[in-house]
Amino acid sequence: MAKSNKPIVWSLFAAGGTLAAFLAPVLVLLFLLAAIGHAPSLMQYSQLHAFAAHWFGKLFLFAVIALFLWHAAHRLRVTLHDFGLRQDAAVAVIVYLIAAAGTLVSMLYLLQI
Amino acid sequence: MSRRPYVREVSKTRWYFRHPRYLRYMSREITCIFIGAFALLLLCALGRLADGQSAYESFVAALQGPWGIFGLLVVLIFAVHNATSWFNVTPKALPVQIGEEFLPGKFIVAAHYAVWIVVSLAILFFAGAM
Repeated sequence: MAKSNKPIVWSLFAAGGTLAAFLAPVLVLLFLLAAIGHAPSLMQYSQLHAFAAHWFGKLFLFAVIALFLWHAAHRLRVTLHDFGLRQDAAVAVIVYLIAAAGTLVSMLYLLQI
Repeated sequence: MSRRPYVREVSKTRWYFRHPRYLRYMSREITCIFIGAFALLLLCALGRLADGQSAYESFVAALQGPWGIFGLLVVLIFAVHNATSWFNVTPKALPVQIGEEFLPGKFIVAAHYAVWIVVSLAILFFAGAM
Protein backbone atom coordinates (compact mmCIF):
# COMPACT_ATOMS: atom_id res chain seq x y z
CA MET A 1 0.00 0.00 0.00
CA ALA A 2 1.25 3.44 -0.88
CA LYS A 3 2.37 5.50 2.06
CA SER A 4 0.35 8.65 2.54
CA ASN A 5 0.16 11.36 5.18
CA LYS A 6 -3.43 12.10 4.19
CA PRO A 7 -5.16 10.34 7.15
CA ILE A 8 -3.09 12.39 9.62
CA VAL A 9 -3.80 15.81 8.14
CA TRP A 10 -7.40 14.84 7.41
CA SER A 11 -8.04 13.79 11.01
CA LEU A 12 -6.50 17.07 12.22
CA PHE A 13 -8.75 18.89 9.74
CA ALA A 14 -11.86 17.07 10.98
CA ALA A 15 -10.99 17.46 14.67
CA GLY A 16 -10.22 21.15 14.14
CA GLY A 17 -13.42 21.71 12.18
CA THR A 18 -15.52 20.11 14.88
CA LEU A 19 -13.79 22.08 17.64
CA ALA A 20 -14.15 25.29 15.58
CA ALA A 21 -17.85 24.58 14.97
CA PHE A 22 -18.52 24.29 18.70
CA LEU A 23 -16.11 26.95 20.03
CA ALA A 24 -15.10 29.51 17.38
CA PRO A 25 -18.33 31.58 17.37
CA VAL A 26 -18.40 32.06 21.15
CA LEU A 27 -14.64 32.74 21.37
CA VAL A 28 -14.89 35.36 18.58
CA LEU A 29 -17.83 36.86 20.49
CA LEU A 30 -15.61 37.28 23.60
CA PHE A 31 -13.09 39.24 21.50
CA LEU A 32 -15.88 41.26 19.89
CA LEU A 33 -17.26 42.19 23.33
CA ALA A 34 -13.75 43.33 24.34
CA ALA A 35 -13.47 45.32 21.09
CA ILE A 36 -16.70 47.24 21.75
CA GLY A 37 -15.53 48.05 25.29
CA HIS A 38 -17.59 45.44 27.15
CA ALA A 39 -14.75 43.05 27.89
CA PRO A 40 -16.00 40.08 29.95
CA SER A 41 -14.01 39.55 33.14
CA LEU A 42 -12.09 36.58 31.66
CA MET A 43 -10.59 38.93 29.05
CA GLN A 44 -8.98 41.05 31.83
CA TYR A 45 -5.24 40.45 32.11
CA SER A 46 -5.21 38.97 35.62
CA GLN A 47 -8.02 36.47 34.98
CA LEU A 48 -6.82 35.38 31.54
CA HIS A 49 -3.27 35.01 32.86
CA ALA A 50 -4.54 32.86 35.74
CA PHE A 51 -6.55 30.76 33.25
CA ALA A 52 -3.50 30.26 30.99
CA ALA A 53 -1.34 29.43 34.02
CA HIS A 54 -3.60 26.51 35.00
CA TRP A 55 -2.89 23.17 33.28
CA PHE A 56 -6.47 22.91 32.03
CA GLY A 57 -6.33 26.41 30.55
CA LYS A 58 -3.03 25.58 28.84
CA LEU A 59 -4.49 22.39 27.38
CA PHE A 60 -7.63 24.22 26.19
CA LEU A 61 -5.72 27.10 24.57
CA PHE A 62 -3.20 24.74 22.96
CA ALA A 63 -5.94 22.48 21.54
CA VAL A 64 -7.93 25.45 20.21
CA ILE A 65 -5.00 27.24 18.56
CA ALA A 66 -3.28 24.15 17.14
CA LEU A 67 -6.40 22.40 15.84
CA PHE A 68 -7.89 25.62 14.38
CA LEU A 69 -4.58 26.16 12.56
CA TRP A 70 -4.39 22.60 11.17
CA HIS A 71 -8.06 22.72 10.17
CA ALA A 72 -7.57 26.02 8.33
CA ALA A 73 -4.29 24.87 6.72
CA HIS A 74 -5.75 21.70 5.23
CA ARG A 75 -8.95 23.36 4.02
CA LEU A 76 -6.98 26.30 2.59
CA ARG A 77 -4.84 23.85 0.61
CA VAL A 78 -7.97 22.37 -1.02
CA THR A 79 -9.60 25.79 -1.45
CA LEU A 80 -6.57 27.28 -3.22
CA HIS A 81 -6.81 24.39 -5.70
CA ASP A 82 -10.50 25.25 -6.18
CA PHE A 83 -9.54 28.88 -6.87
CA GLY A 84 -7.30 27.67 -9.70
CA LEU A 85 -3.90 27.50 -8.00
CA ARG A 86 -2.51 24.15 -9.15
CA GLN A 87 0.89 24.09 -7.37
CA ASP A 88 -0.42 21.69 -4.73
CA ALA A 89 2.95 20.40 -3.49
CA ALA A 90 4.25 23.93 -2.81
CA VAL A 91 0.92 25.05 -1.30
CA ALA A 92 0.87 21.99 0.99
CA VAL A 93 4.40 22.67 2.27
CA ILE A 94 3.61 26.34 2.97
CA VAL A 95 0.26 25.89 4.74
CA TYR A 96 1.41 22.92 6.85
CA LEU A 97 4.66 24.72 7.77
CA ILE A 98 2.64 27.72 9.00
CA ALA A 99 0.38 25.41 11.04
CA ALA A 100 3.38 23.55 12.48
CA ALA A 101 5.15 26.82 13.34
CA GLY A 102 2.00 28.18 14.99
CA THR A 103 1.63 24.97 17.00
CA LEU A 104 5.22 25.24 18.22
CA VAL A 105 4.98 28.97 19.03
CA SER A 106 1.74 28.47 20.99
CA MET A 107 3.52 25.81 23.04
CA LEU A 108 6.45 28.16 23.75
CA TYR A 109 4.11 31.01 24.77
CA LEU A 110 2.14 28.71 27.09
CA LEU A 111 5.36 27.51 28.74
CA GLN A 112 6.30 31.16 29.44
CA ILE A 113 3.05 31.79 31.34
CA MET B 1 -19.55 11.78 -36.18
CA SER B 2 -17.51 14.81 -35.34
CA ARG B 3 -13.78 14.36 -35.63
CA ARG B 4 -13.19 17.12 -33.18
CA PRO B 5 -14.34 16.14 -29.70
CA TYR B 6 -16.39 18.70 -27.84
CA VAL B 7 -14.35 20.24 -25.06
CA ARG B 8 -16.38 22.21 -22.58
CA GLU B 9 -14.61 25.41 -21.57
CA VAL B 10 -14.56 25.69 -17.76
CA SER B 11 -12.63 28.49 -16.12
CA LYS B 12 -10.20 27.24 -13.47
CA THR B 13 -10.57 30.40 -11.42
CA ARG B 14 -14.24 31.37 -11.84
CA TRP B 15 -16.05 28.02 -12.27
CA TYR B 16 -18.04 28.40 -9.02
CA PHE B 17 -20.10 31.27 -10.47
CA ARG B 18 -21.81 28.78 -12.82
CA HIS B 19 -24.26 27.43 -10.25
CA PRO B 20 -25.54 28.61 -6.83
CA ARG B 21 -24.67 25.17 -5.44
CA TYR B 22 -20.99 25.77 -6.28
CA LEU B 23 -21.14 29.18 -4.62
CA ARG B 24 -22.58 27.62 -1.46
CA TYR B 25 -19.72 25.08 -1.53
CA MET B 26 -17.15 27.87 -1.86
CA SER B 27 -18.81 29.88 0.93
CA ARG B 28 -18.24 26.88 3.22
CA GLU B 29 -14.66 26.39 2.08
CA ILE B 30 -13.57 30.02 2.58
CA THR B 31 -14.61 29.92 6.25
CA CYS B 32 -11.15 28.40 6.76
CA ILE B 33 -9.52 31.77 5.96
CA PHE B 34 -11.35 33.34 8.90
CA ILE B 35 -10.85 30.40 11.29
CA GLY B 36 -7.13 30.51 10.43
CA ALA B 37 -6.98 34.29 10.90
CA PHE B 38 -8.70 33.98 14.27
CA ALA B 39 -6.26 31.25 15.33
CA LEU B 40 -3.38 33.63 14.50
CA LEU B 41 -5.15 36.41 16.47
CA LEU B 42 -5.42 34.02 19.45
CA LEU B 43 -1.72 33.22 19.06
CA CYS B 44 -0.89 36.98 19.13
CA ALA B 45 -3.10 37.45 22.19
CA LEU B 46 -1.31 34.57 23.92
CA GLY B 47 2.09 36.07 23.06
CA ARG B 48 1.12 39.50 24.45
CA LEU B 49 -0.35 37.77 27.53
CA ALA B 50 3.02 36.08 28.09
CA ASP B 51 4.78 39.48 27.65
CA GLY B 52 2.94 41.01 30.60
CA GLN B 53 0.05 43.28 31.54
CA SER B 54 0.92 46.41 29.54
CA ALA B 55 1.63 44.42 26.36
CA TYR B 56 -1.66 42.56 26.70
CA GLU B 57 -3.70 45.68 27.44
CA SER B 58 -2.29 47.56 24.45
CA PHE B 59 -3.15 44.52 22.29
CA VAL B 60 -6.78 44.63 23.46
CA ALA B 61 -6.84 48.43 22.97
CA ALA B 62 -5.65 47.92 19.36
CA LEU B 63 -8.79 45.84 18.69
CA GLN B 64 -11.02 48.67 19.91
CA GLY B 65 -11.37 50.60 16.68
CA PRO B 66 -13.90 50.49 13.85
CA TRP B 67 -11.61 48.15 11.84
CA GLY B 68 -11.13 45.78 14.74
CA ILE B 69 -14.87 45.62 15.37
CA PHE B 70 -15.65 45.21 11.65
CA GLY B 71 -13.00 42.49 11.25
CA LEU B 72 -14.22 40.53 14.27
CA LEU B 73 -17.83 40.84 13.06
CA VAL B 74 -16.85 39.34 9.68
CA VAL B 75 -14.92 36.55 11.45
CA LEU B 76 -17.98 35.91 13.65
CA ILE B 77 -20.26 35.56 10.60
CA PHE B 78 -17.92 33.05 8.94
CA ALA B 79 -17.38 31.16 12.23
CA VAL B 80 -21.16 30.75 12.56
CA HIS B 81 -21.35 29.67 8.90
CA ASN B 82 -18.66 27.06 9.53
CA ALA B 83 -20.59 25.81 12.58
CA THR B 84 -23.98 25.54 10.87
CA SER B 85 -22.60 23.98 7.67
CA TRP B 86 -20.49 21.56 9.75
CA PHE B 87 -23.45 20.46 11.91
CA ASN B 88 -25.81 20.18 8.94
CA VAL B 89 -23.72 17.39 7.38
CA THR B 90 -23.22 15.43 10.62
CA PRO B 91 -25.89 12.80 9.65
CA LYS B 92 -23.65 11.93 6.67
CA ALA B 93 -20.47 11.81 8.76
CA LEU B 94 -21.92 10.15 11.87
CA PRO B 95 -24.95 8.03 10.91
CA VAL B 96 -26.56 6.39 13.95
CA GLN B 97 -28.00 2.93 13.35
CA ILE B 98 -30.60 1.45 15.72
CA GLY B 99 -31.30 -2.16 14.78
CA GLU B 100 -32.17 -2.19 11.09
CA GLU B 101 -33.14 1.48 10.97
CA PHE B 102 -31.07 4.64 10.84
CA LEU B 103 -31.89 7.46 13.25
CA PRO B 104 -33.41 10.31 11.16
CA GLY B 105 -30.74 12.91 10.35
CA LYS B 106 -32.69 15.78 11.88
CA PHE B 107 -32.18 14.31 15.38
CA ILE B 108 -28.40 14.12 14.90
CA VAL B 109 -28.30 17.71 13.62
CA ALA B 110 -30.57 18.91 16.44
CA ALA B 111 -28.36 17.20 19.05
CA HIS B 112 -25.30 19.03 17.69
CA TYR B 113 -27.11 22.39 17.74
CA ALA B 114 -28.26 21.73 21.33
CA VAL B 115 -24.71 20.92 22.49
CA TRP B 116 -23.41 23.97 20.58
CA ILE B 117 -25.86 26.29 22.40
CA VAL B 118 -25.15 24.76 25.83
CA VAL B 119 -21.35 24.94 25.34
CA SER B 120 -21.55 28.55 24.08
CA LEU B 121 -23.74 29.67 27.01
CA ALA B 122 -21.47 27.81 29.48
CA ILE B 123 -18.38 29.59 28.10
CA LEU B 124 -20.13 33.00 28.16
CA PHE B 125 -21.09 32.31 31.79
CA PHE B 126 -17.58 31.12 32.72
CA ALA B 127 -16.07 34.19 31.03
CA GLY B 128 -18.32 36.48 33.09
CA ALA B 129 -20.13 37.85 30.03
CA MET B 130 -23.54 36.99 31.48
